[in-house]
Amino acid sequence: MINFLILPILIPLVTGVLLIFAAKHIMLQRLIAGLSALITVIVSVLLVKKVNNDGIQTLNLSNWDAPFGITLVSDMLSALLVLTTSIIALACVIYSFRGIDEDREKFYFYAAVNFLIVGVNGAFTTGDIFNLFVFFEVMLMSSYVLIVIGGTKIQLRESIKYLLVNVISSALFVIAVAYLYSVVGTLNMAHISVRINEISELGQPGIITVIAVLFLIVFGLKGAIFPLFFWLPGSYYAPPAPVLALFGALLTKVGVYSIARTYTLFFYQDGGLIQQLLTILAVISIILGIIGAIAYWDIKKIVIYNIIVAVGVILFGISAMTQDSLIGAIFYLIHDMNVKAALFLLVGIMAAITGTSDLRKISGLIKRYPGLGWTFFLAALSLAGIPPLSGFVGKLLIIKGGFESEHYWGAGIVLMSSLLVLFSIMKIFINGFWGTSRDYEGADKVSVKRMMAAPVILVAIAVFYGVGSEFVYPYISQAAETLANPGIYIDAVLKEY
Amino acid sequence: MEILISVIVGILFMSATYLMLSKSLLRIIIGTAILSHGAHLLILTMGGLKRGAAPLLGESASSYSDPLPQALILTAIVIAFGVTAFFLVLAYRAYQELGTDNMDKLRGNEGND
Repeated sequence: MINFLILPILIPLVTGVLLIFAAKHIMLQRLIAGLSALITVIVSVLLVKKVNNDGIQTLNLSNWDAPFGITLVSDMLSALLVLTTSIIALACVIYSFRGIDEDREKFYFYAAVNFLIVGVNGAFTTGDIFNLFVFFEVMLMSSYVLIVIGGTKIQLRESIKYLLVNVISSALFVIAVAYLYSVVGTLNMAHISVRINEISELGQPGIITVIAVLFLIVFGLKGAIFPLFFWLPGSYYAPPAPVLALFGALLTKVGVYSIARTYTLFFYQDGGLIQQLLTILAVISIILGIIGAIAYWDIKKIVIYNIIVAVGVILFGISAMTQDSLIGAIFYLIHDMNVKAALFLLVGIMAAITGTSDLRKISGLIKRYPGLGWTFFLAALSLAGIPPLSGFVGKLLIIKGGFESEHYWGAGIVLMSSLLVLFSIMKIFINGFWGTSRDYEGADKVSVKRMMAAPVILVAIAVFYGVGSEFVYPYISQAAETLANPGIYIDAVLKEY
Repeated sequence: MEILISVIVGILFMSATYLMLSKSLLRIIIGTAILSHGAHLLILTMGGLKRGAAPLLGESASSYSDPLPQALILTAIVIAFGVTAFFLVLAYRAYQELGTDNMDKLRGNEGND
């Protein structure tokens, strides 16, 4: 047993509390927030190394043995996701130094970001289904603050809808946990898996399928899959760029992670109905997301609809349930978190320079901002999965897995979606960066060079992640191993039981 | 007893859904509050209502009630309380800023053209 894995939750928590007291001193806030984000990244790297060397790490809080107490579990998947989250948090904090106004900084922006990271890292790490709900709420509470902070009209209007959708989904989460508890009588995720396995020996009872679908609705609302993504384009449009980057990169992915975790750990016995449902929903999400991404002429909206495409692609990989497709899904999940954050920050810079996000009013940016243009170009290629950049390997493995499990239609659509994603994002590049250069009011006040630091870091990681796939692959395949064989996870958590 | 409580839970969900489908923001918030009450009551029922003595070591009874659902409800109630309070404040602020609490007038279409 080791206390190490709680640090990525604890450090942002303590920082968040400290920052509340330092609210009026902006420089001090920036210093504390930046430092703690950096420390969290270092700790997460060490955690990944530790998991790689010693296998799955568990921590029984207050020394209550699993399955009775709350257990924190860090397998390779959650360790990698915690690392990605910490890196994105660092990038967004650095970006916020220049990319967000001082009023927002004074009103607990950094504190809210830190509490958000507590929730996200906690959700990735916890091994207890009710604790997952609690960390979801921590994450959501901070996201409510972040979406409304600044209090402009559009933010207030959209945050009401965002809040309402999430309150309902939280209630459904409680209901799903209640049903699950009444059937299996435990909350520890590994133990639930064992119990479900026991009752499913004579064929899966219908109630398990009901619970599976309930969980799919709950996590689908968070993860924005079809038909539950309706709230996302409107709500994500409202907040400023760094908040949008955090939301787009992290929040939906927590939903996707939860689907991956519960569906590989609890509901894997029933190969038929539930998996089919997941595949169909994933494919429809891809199609609808693509339609949105192509249709809009607003740079923010285009990238927002690309979130839905990515969620569909990852879920397709998970639902195919072969070794390859799971590796591909994890590859793509991490890639997408990273590159979406970069894209949102870059789009934020474009909007800051031009004062609009309407693509038709933007053109010729590359003449004055070549660095911005080429970084965006790299990020765009990476998003679409052009080899050797980071999206390629993930998509390749997902499609391979799709063909292996005979989902030819789905795999074909994933393949087609890459082209259309490339088209939608190149539309921004061609119309926004090429063409006649225009003068924008207030463009001189924006210090583009300083704002570029964060997206450049993220794009560099994306390039490394693609070119160095060989180096990353062992970690990812270790993560997929746990998903494919729930026994590993169960043994690690319930070793003494 | 469990059946009766389940029916009550159903009624709570029904009224919550009805309230949340209305246009007035305040009704929607009351709807969410009722929805979470229903969910909490459901947890309590799902754990089984009184099945034995209080779960204390001193009581040497043959069977005990399950204490876990109560712990879960306590957590969920606190969270629902916090969220409802936030929601009310947000609704009031939005009403001040936007001048309406009618959801029909709160549609947005930025970037939709």
